[in-house]
Amino acid sequence: MPHISLSNLMVAYGNQKVLQNITVDIPNNQITAIIGPSGCGKTTLLKTLNRLVDLYDEIRVEGEVRIDGADIYDPKADLLNLRKKVGFLSQKPYPLPMSIHDNITFGPRIHRMNRKELLDQIQELEKHIPIDSLCPNGRQEETRHSKTHEMAYLVEYYLRLAGLWEEVRERLHAPAAQLSIGQQQRLALARALAVEPEVILADEPTSALDPISAQLIEKQFKTLKNHYTIVVVTHILRQARRIADYVIFLYLGELVEHGPAEQFFSSPRDERTRAYISGEIS
Amino acid sequence: MHWRQIKDRLSAKSMILAVAFANSLVLLVGLGLLIKSIPILEKKSLFHLLLSSNWHPLRGEFGFYPFIVGTLEVTAIAMILAVPVCLLSAIYLSEYAHHRLREIARITVDIMAAIPSVIYGLWGVIVVVPFVCLLGKWLNTPTTGYSLLAGGIILAIMASPIIISVSLEVLRTVPIQAREAALALGTTRWEAIKHVVLRNAFHGILSAVILGFARAFGETIAVLMIVGNVPKVPTSVFDPAYPLPALLANNYGEMMSIPLYNSALLLSALILLLVVSAFNMTAHLTLMRVEKR
Ligand SMILES: Nc1ncnc2c1ncn2[C@@H]1O[C@H](COP(=O)(O)OP(=O)(O)OP(=O)(O)O)[C@@H](O)[C@H]1O
Ligand SMILES: [Mg+2]
Repeated sequence: MPHISLSNLMVAYGNQKVLQNITVDIPNNQITAIIGPSGCGKTTLLKTLNRLVDLYDEIRVEGEVRIDGADIYDPKADLLNLRKKVGFLSQKPYPLPMSIHDNITFGPRIHRMNRKELLDQIQELEKHIPIDSLCPNGRQEETRHSKTHEMAYLVEYYLRLAGLWEEVRERLHAPAAQLSIGQQQRLALARALAVEPEVILADEPTSALDPISAQLIEKQFKTLKNHYTIVVVTHILRQARRIADYVIFLYLGELVEHGPAEQFFSSPRDERTRAYISGEIS
Repeated sequence: MHWRQIKDRLSAKSMILAVAFANSLVLLVGLGLLIKSIPILEKKSLFHLLLSSNWHPLRGEFGFYPFIVGTLEVTAIAMILAVPVCLLSAIYLSEYAHHRLREIARITVDIMAAIPSVIYGLWGVIVVVPFVCLLGKWLNTPTTGYSLLAGGIILAIMASPIIISVSLEVLRTVPIQAREAALALGTTRWEAIKHVVLRNAFHGILSAVILGFARAFGETIAVLMIVGNVPKVPTSVFDPAYPLPALLANNYGEMMSIPLYNSALLLSALILLLVVSAFNMTAHLTLMRVEKR
């Protein structure tokens, strides 16, 4: 069963409909790219998946968004749990106004996870992605913290998972705002991973980054997709080609075409998709 | 030179003049007060004037202590009453309220700020003073109602608009991404506000409070009408007090034949000016730091 399944989704800001008739299943443990020209509703679609659209005053959402079978717009839905399960990376990273270390521990602290839960969480994750595999050359002695200091271990583990550990290991208690934008984006990734989501939503996560940092993020996503379901908004076609397993193409608020990446790029069915891929419309 | 260029230079020059004039006013006022207070400073030490409780102008004793204490206490009461309520309202308006309600509240707050202080004073006499009187009876503390507490309540109401509107503006400058970053991790709204929004807005809110404080500290008419004006150090909030601005407004121009009286009053004016300016400067410096970030 797919984690996320949309049917007949309509989203409007006031009277202005920005998305309509969206029906699609998002495959598990793959990278799904949402592409389309500027203003077509990519960000809006992404934010409806974890109800961040609730922040806008005049927002209206109709239709169904089911995650693990439950309609997330049901008035009785557990919003906090939903957002814990569905992590989010914004276009411009926003470091929480605290240290690098505290940015990572913020989620677990908010959710009041105890020692045992923290250890269980890491152990479970380590079955899929062992910490050794995150160390360059697999050097075990690089792991400074033992599992008895669960918070320290957790911080190290998630920073490694986001590919940031080596750059910040010496200054974990410095304010996170001091990091470069690229580092901040990886910090945001680590922070989101630390609440152990099942889905990661990312809104043009590399658009504020230089090519090298962007590559790092892409690489990280490819590592992570075995364990998480990833949905990425991007306006860079080449990026979609590089990382996507599944593609959703939006045009003027409509779902024009969706399908496995290979098929989508090699034999698009819709005229508009063809035009967009070949660069005739943008 | 072209006429347009001449016009450009002239307008720049005249604007500089206007700015210089406006700014030098503060200095001129301060300087004038200082010159006028020299006679009393030559006779008595500033230290003695500030800490003595004897206020007998006819005998040449000018102790400002009761007035300074009165000012501080009435201001403190006002801030204790105003700050929590104002901050909670600003947080509510910025973070929870529908944007229409926010706009309506903004207008109301602006109107509140524009009401002349005489009207607050009258309202205080009609409503607050009897209320405090009743409260005193209920607590077995006989009071006329003209008291520190009444003054504090009125000042709290008068300082509220500035505290609410400045902190509301500051909270609105915190980018929506800050809230999203926290909420996306599964925080409640309140947790997002507490850990992220308020931390971000801290300096700005601090200066909102200081601006409100400065307003309360220097406010004259409304307080003068209800605080009782007895030059004695108050021992409870139901006692009357006599803040500095009230002292000035009540006495300047009368009894000027008494030697040094004039000079003593102007010294107290200078003190008031310096304290209020210091508050304002602190507020603006902190606000400037907020904007730079
Ligand atoms: N808060 C809002 N209030 C009103 N309209 C909005 C709001 N946010 C977005 N819109 C409108 O909704 C439409 C879709 O916006 P959205 O941000 O989802 O587009 P996008 O595909 O992410 O664009 P981009 O690639 O430029 O980021 C646009 O027409 C936009 O003007
Ligand atoms: Mg967007």
